[in-house]
Amino acid sequence: MHRRGAGIAAIKNKNLAQARYKDKGTEIAEGQVAQMAKQMETFKVHLENFASQHKEEIRKNSEFRVQFQEMCASIGVDPLASSKGFWAEMLGVGDFYYELGVQIVEVCLATGHRNGGLIGIEELRDRVVKSRGKKSQDISIDDLLRAIKKLKVLGNGFSVISCGRSYMVQSVPGELSMDHTSVIQQAQNSAYVTVSQIKKNLNWETERIHRALDYLVKEGLVWTDKQSSETQYWFPSLFAGAMNAS
Amino acid sequence: MDRFEWIDFSLQPGESNVISQSGVALYDGPDKTSFNDGLMVLTTHRLIWKDTLNRSRVLAVSLSLVVRIEEQPSGFAKSAKIEVHLQKANSGKAPGPVASSQHDYVRLSFRNSGEVEFYRYFMEQLRERRWEKTVPPADPVSGGGARNRPGIMGIERSIQHKQRDMDMNISQSFKDLRMLMEKAKEMVQLSKTISTKIREKQGDITEDETVKFKSYLLSMGIADPVTRETHGSGDKYFTELARQLAAVLEKPLQECGGIMTLSDVYCRVNRARGMELLSPEDLLNACEMFEFLKLPVRLKTFDSGVMVLQLLSHSEEEVVRQTQALLKDKESLTAEELAQQLGLSVILAKERLLLTEKMSKACRDETVEGLRFYPNYFVTK
Repeated sequence: MHRRGAGIAAIKNKNLAQARYKDKGTEIAEGQVAQMAKQMETFKVHLENFASQHKEEIRKNSEFRVQFQEMCASIGVDPLASSKGFWAEMLGVGDFYYELGVQIVEVCLATGHRNGGLIGIEELRDRVVKSRGKKSQDISIDDLLRAIKKLKVLGNGFSVISCGRSYMVQSVPGELSMDHTSVIQQAQNSAYVTVSQIKKNLNWETERIHRALDYLVKEGLVWTDKQSSETQYWFPSLFAGAMNAS
Repeated sequence: MDRFEWIDFSLQPGESNVISQSGVALYDGPDKTSFNDGLMVLTTHRLIWKDTLNRSRVLAVSLSLVVRIEEQPSGFAKSAKIEVHLQKANSGKAPGPVASSQHDYVRLSFRNSGEVEFYRYFMEQLRERRWEKTVPPADPVSGGGARNRPGIMGIERSIQHKQRDMDMNISQSFKDLRMLMEKAKEMVQLSKTISTKIREKQGDITEDETVKFKSYLLSMGIADPVTRETHGSGDKYFTELARQLAAVLEKPLQECGGIMTLSDVYCRVNRARGMELLSPEDLLNACEMFEFLKLPVRLKTFDSGVMVLQLLSHSEEEVVRQTQALLKDKESLTAEELAQQLGLSVILAKERLLLTEKMSKACRDETVEGLRFYPNYFVTK
């Protein structure tokens, strides 16, 4: 049979059909993602259950333990889910508080880039509870404080600061904090900073700003100037640069 | 037992022998049967039993019917057994020795032992599922041309089918721990597939930064953590632990600029160990061994009582050399400038400068404008 060349109508039809195929393709792909998300949720629930119910058995079988951990890693499930139990409650022994310690440090590390290593205890609790998964029992502030106390043997790197009725947890000690460096960067052009200026530029909490500035003052790295309405913190080391800039 | 078929012993296309063991008796569930002495053959497709005396008595069951298998160790006057759990056979099955059975499993009793090897190969075959991979006999013309190129409906149907299979597989595998252990490899693969797919589409598995971080830490697992159970409780435990810690921590330490607080270490190490939790005391004890064992990581305590681990390459000579080079480059430095140069905190930068001074590689200029360090021209010029 002789094959006719395609006319304009045919081309239009073809384009239309292609557009439809594309729509359909996107639709299917979206459906698949939704399905995947559902499967991931199922996976998560199962893994959480197993972690809390079969801890000992999983620990015993080394090959399986590695595989279990791999699954937890790809789905983002916490394999540590001991419940508090009688002895932990009474004597503070057992894995419960150690596990909590790991989870607390983890939250602090994960949020450190945002809060500079200073976190309110309520926020800490919310995050720990969330990361332990749905199966976890409730964690009280007291539990957190106990768990942090267990970390004391590891030096002063991790400390609880009491402020008013609440607590703050500091996970980055003064020696290692990057906050000072950030403050200096703020002072780069003018050789001085003010609290409100830092607040505006870095969006830090007042508590954190004062901590950084006080430390610099104490170390003799900045001088204070209280003549203007708001205290200015001057960096003598940046005087020369500021002169050149202006 | 009703799942077995009588066969004449010949292999199907694509099928091959895996392992065979003589002196095997078949049990229907818990009950003995007349098939009490035969050669058990495992092929890539079937489990075949051949009577030792009467060579024409040959039974087979397809591996596709096997749900799971279980080892039962031998006991006093009892041979080791493998329990094979089977699903219902298809309706088109050839006649077998038993028309119906109330048991969903059979037991293979290994009177001449050999069960350990058999079990291992059996598991391997169940994992590989070779019987699925052979081309099924072509459906005689029924679908015609339309079968060859499925339309959109066909694609959708096959996707749906695949997803249903996957759902089934997940819920089956998590029925109990033993099932999960058997299917672990497959499930690990599946969990990875799911998370990569989601990552492709959405960028990340979750918005929650803690969960993201956790997932990252967990993925650096230690395959074989040192425990008190494996290494006793004395010095041996701590020395081995110290060696493992040093090996595991070297890379994260490098990423963190060569220094990490002990509480960070505690978190990272325990995440990598998974469920084998380490107590803070044990961690500290192991870290104290680093110097004695000449490992490339050192425990350091600051005056303020903060404890950190440092890489040895982060050691004094290296620091001094680096600082000296920078001083030469910039002509002079304050702690703040060095901090900015290296992306360190000011306090650490100051320590570096003081150390360099102590090693007589720098000189200080202390004025009202703060403390400034210069290269030591007294020595170099």
